[in-house]
Amino acid sequence: MAQVDRQQWDVVVVGAGGAGLRAAIEARERGKRTAVICKSLFGKAHTVMAEGGIAASMGNVNEGDNWQVHFRDTMRGGKFLNQWRMAELHAKEAPDRVWELETWGALFDRTPDGRISQRNFGGHEYPRLAHVGDRTGLELIRTLQQKIVQLQQEDFKEYGDHEARLKVFQECTVTRVLKDGEPGAAGAPPGRRPGGRVSGVFCYERESGRFFVLEAPAVVLATGGIGKSFKTTSNSWEYTGDGHALALLAGAPLLNMEFVQFHPTGMVWPPSVKGILVTESVRGDGGVLRNSEGKRFMFDYVPDVFKEKYAESEEEGDRWYEDPDHNRRPPELLPRDEVARAINSEVKAGRGSPHGGVFLDVSTRMPAERIRRRLPSMYHQFKELADVDITAEPMEVGPTCHYVMGGIAVDSDTAATVGVPGLFAAGEVAGGMHGSNRLGGNSLSDLLVFGRRAGLHAAAYADGLAGAPPAVSQAEIDAAAEEALAPFHAAEGAENPYTLHQELQTTMNDLVGIIRREGEMAEALEKLAGLRARAARAGVEGHRQFNPGWHLALDLRNMLLVSECVARAALERTESRGGHTREDCPAMERGWRPVNLLCRPVEPAPGDPAADRIVLERTRTEPVRPDLLALFEKEELVKYLAEEELYE
Amino acid sequence: MSTYDASFRIWRGDAEGGELRDFTVEVNDGEVVLDIVHRLQATQTPDLAVRWNCKAGKCGSCSAEINGRPRLMCMTRMSTFERSETITVTPLRAFPVVRDLVTDVSFNYAKAREVPAFVPPRGVAPGAYRMQQVDVDRSQEFRKCIECFLCQDTCHVVRDHEENKTAFAGPRFLMRVAELDMHPLDAAEEAGLDRKRTAQEEHGLGYCNITKCCTEVCPEGIKITDNALIPLKERAVDRKYDPLVWLGSKIRRRADT
Repeated sequence: MAQVDRQQWDVVVVGAGGAGLRAAIEARERGKRTAVICKSLFGKAHTVMAEGGIAASMGNVNEGDNWQVHFRDTMRGGKFLNQWRMAELHAKEAPDRVWELETWGALFDRTPDGRISQRNFGGHEYPRLAHVGDRTGLELIRTLQQKIVQLQQEDFKEYGDHEARLKVFQECTVTRVLKDGEPGAAGAPPGRRPGGRVSGVFCYERESGRFFVLEAPAVVLATGGIGKSFKTTSNSWEYTGDGHALALLAGAPLLNMEFVQFHPTGMVWPPSVKGILVTESVRGDGGVLRNSEGKRFMFDYVPDVFKEKYAESEEEGDRWYEDPDHNRRPPELLPRDEVARAINSEVKAGRGSPHGGVFLDVSTRMPAERIRRRLPSMYHQFKELADVDITAEPMEVGPTCHYVMGGIAVDSDTAATVGVPGLFAAGEVAGGMHGSNRLGGNSLSDLLVFGRRAGLHAAAYADGLAGAPPAVSQAEIDAAAEEALAPFHAAEGAENPYTLHQELQTTMNDLVGIIRREGEMAEALEKLAGLRARAARAGVEGHRQFNPGWHLALDLRNMLLVSECVARAALERTESRGGHTREDCPAMERGWRPVNLLCRPVEPAPGDPAADRIVLERTRTEPVRPDLLALFEKEELVKYLAEEELYE
Repeated sequence: MSTYDASFRIWRGDAEGGELRDFTVEVNDGEVVLDIVHRLQATQTPDLAVRWNCKAGKCGSCSAEINGRPRLMCMTRMSTFERSETITVTPLRAFPVVRDLVTDVSFNYAKAREVPAFVPPRGVAPGAYRMQQVDVDRSQEFRKCIECFLCQDTCHVVRDHEENKTAFAGPRFLMRVAELDMHPLDAAEEAGLDRKRTAQEEHGLGYCNITKCCTEVCPEGIKITDNALIPLKERAVDRKYDPLVWLGSKIRRRADT
């Protein structure tokens, strides 16, 4: 029997990025004792890497902007697969979430009349992104971090303890969401007892390896994305799909996992930095894409659905920066999926740059001084890591795995997961908001809008259970502890977790990457089964104190589960849409528009590690509310909606 | 692409003690020190402890001392060293070791809590904040800080003087005080909080004798000494020796009693 420390909280938030911290602030301000648990140090979450800005229709730069325009852009960007109620709430609430940050001390760049400045970005009709140079994510995370410290200072005054009502457990990992359940179910795998409600989380301290349990009736998952399952990615090591896997293992389904965004512009050279993000602001501020022949090739890649909205000549595109009301935007600012595919095609056609990308140039587009002021991090990043001076020469860029649109299926208003009472999800880990493709800038606003909503509703749910929280059973704790210790007991011939991880990354990158084919995805599923079997034998040396090999061995379970979801859903969806491109099914099919693919766990979990873990279920999307549909022209809707939807 | 074998000496151990260990490890074009540490983990020492996150110089996690100099491992390119050179990597010296290259940086989080937060101006609604770019420029420079704590590590006030840690916030958090003090809309004064006085009396500004070591190691290139600490010292001094302020403080103090 595992003796572990148990603590009682009202709300536990897993993840300390933008969504997690915003959820924690909300729950604490609603009077709930709130714990945040995160794998890195407090303030280091992946949100710091967001560069461009926060999309919110404040209308500070162009008064024509409002939530309806933002909503339309978001739905177009997502090719109408978005959970429309989320897109609506997001567009309506984003300005308040940005303004609120100012009252917590954030310092955005300003317009000449002293308001928050807003910049252009791909797919956004008006300048909409509140920003701080190209380090907006850092400003966001630091502001939320400092707000949390301020709340802790309040508690210190009142209780003499900074952590009385809001505590950050940093450098800790959650391996299981715990549930109560039917009596007599002891011995069943953890988290799997039918009909259970959330009762807490099982965790370990990375520093010491010590296990502990946070008991709580409400848990918010805000763990971010899955990029570390791919070889070329802009994502940090934390992005191992933990929240996705925790939800699945607790019985909650994932939604539309086939949609993975490959950001068009990642660094391609040197190899060790391949995949690191080059912000879209470079293009928003005037940067252009050229192939090896010096041609601005994006003019050849404007798809039909966007033909009327983008410039047809370089001259028109260039005029747009000065006079956006009378010119159309340059095609470099198409949504990310379009630009990424175009770059991929140019490279494949032999018109790439020396290191297998294309050229992104600002040096001939604006003065050096302006580049250094508007894009300081990019200037720094290329100078330090690639010996390239972006004020004097073009960058080489290519697609990099950046974001997963799919995620835990949630209720639009409350962020509650499906079928697991007490479990909530917000931010990248939640699905639905962005449909098949996310617009740049819509992530930071998503974190704030739905982070707050998750915190709010988790607090309300916890209120309802006050005095009678679901119980955590010793059997569940024992099973979770045994699972976590397994890599130390691997028998002779144990597998190296680092090797398994590299093979997984290669498999997903090469076989379920930016351009997909049926045969390759089927092959990927076979390889994943093989990797699962080997991962069951992953072994580690040393002891539990800050042991990265052990941490990786545990993260592998999550990455393999999530990768299976991506591959299985991608194989099923026989069309191309947003972040899912199939060479064998190149067209966007209106018939697929109203179809959601849900990934559900196979229950009970099979004993054979190579057996399938995921079953797919097709569900129909909820019809878009008529007043929201009325925001679009009929001619545009015809391009997206299925026949029967148009006449409903 | 050219590949060679480099000699590394890496400190391994824990709070009980440890030692430098020698490794020979492959290096490829364009790699940084963190790449090499990762290669060691994957091929020779799977339990080598290192803290890192973004590997792009944005999160400030992978701080260590490389050949004795505080640096980010992800931003230190191997091409800056001679191929024959032995590269020594040790944990940050100012903080207690947890294991290998990982140190206990909780000192910094404790200091962060000692700086009173931004005080929003009364009667200004969210959305009604108006500030000129020129007025936010100064604080924005300080908000570029990625909290790598290299400045905290290198500052001689605490680097070899554990006893000063209680009284001294360190460059990072003195800069935070300066940032708030220069924030155009911070209403601390109206709320009865004198940030300049607290910098001097509660956060140990007086310990700083402007040797600029912090500025030298800052990976973000923030002019910590020139733009944050010296102006803060000047403002604190102005305040202390301004006869009107002196008189005001006496009167208020009397009224309080």
